[in-house]
Amino acid sequence: MVQYAQTRFDASFAALSDPTRRGVLEHLGRADASITDLAHKFRMTLTGMKKHVGVLEQAGLVTTKKVGRVRTCKLGLRRLEEEAAWIERYRQLWDARFDQLDRVVDELKRKEKINGRKKSE
Amino acid sequence: MDARKVSEPMPTKNRTTVERKSERELVVTRTFNAPARLVFQAWTKPELFKQWWLPKSMDMALRSCQMDVRVGGKYRLEFEPDGMAFFGTYREVAPHSRLVWTNEEGGEGGPVTTVTFEEKGGKTLLVMHELHSSKEALDAAGTGAADAMVETFGQLDELLLTLS
Repeated sequence: MVQYAQTRFDASFAALSDPTRRGVLEHLGRADASITDLAHKFRMTLTGMKKHVGVLEQAGLVTTKKVGRVRTCKLGLRRLEEEAAWIERYRQLWDARFDQLDRVVDELKRKEKINGRKKSE
Repeated sequence: MDARKVSEPMPTKNRTTVERKSERELVVTRTFNAPARLVFQAWTKPELFKQWWLPKSMDMALRSCQMDVRVGGKYRLEFEPDGMAFFGTYREVAPHSRLVWTNEEGGEGGPVTTVTFEEKGGKTLLVMHELHSSKEALDAAGTGAADAMVETFGQLDELLLTLS
């Protein structure tokens, strides 16, 4: 989880180091847009904009979806936060189970000591 | 209940980690201060499994727990009060080291769970690996489980309110 978060953060920071990409995020924060719209708005070639969007997408900051011939981009940050939230809740569930499992195993250890480990399975 | 000798230090709590290894895989790890054979027992004997698998915070109980722990054997967990059930088949059983089972309550193509028990210096590293059929299946399972937790915590909050 920690490593996972670290990798994601590194990718996010790299993605945010470029002014055009920050501009794209700001723009998508107001409204979804197609790659063509974004290329036009930032006075850039379609290929150039595709590359920027690709970096943002890899960092999980933007998601894209192709409908027909148009690829629409939207902010992906919220999804990333949602995923982190469910993983944390799942972790809490297993942590609660394992705390109880600790007690079961402690009890088994105690019993074994008393029985002098007369049989081992 | 805890009659530890004074000289014996309180064991520190081991950390549970959860990591999404890939779009289809989720991995949970935890170390236990006990040999693998005891941790394995707690996963494979129903009377022990029942004691830990449902967190106390969940307002549920296991009505029944059947485990035929051998390759091709079935397991079935039934809950109270709503009669919901988890069931599946053991695919691999290596005593004290490895268990693999299917999760069939959601129909075909359910996730496959692998649990390994690795003993080192009297402690056991447990790794639980869940492989889902698709990214979407894992996403859905994740949000579903998380929602269920929120719901049960909500119930607990309500209960605590009535008690205070």
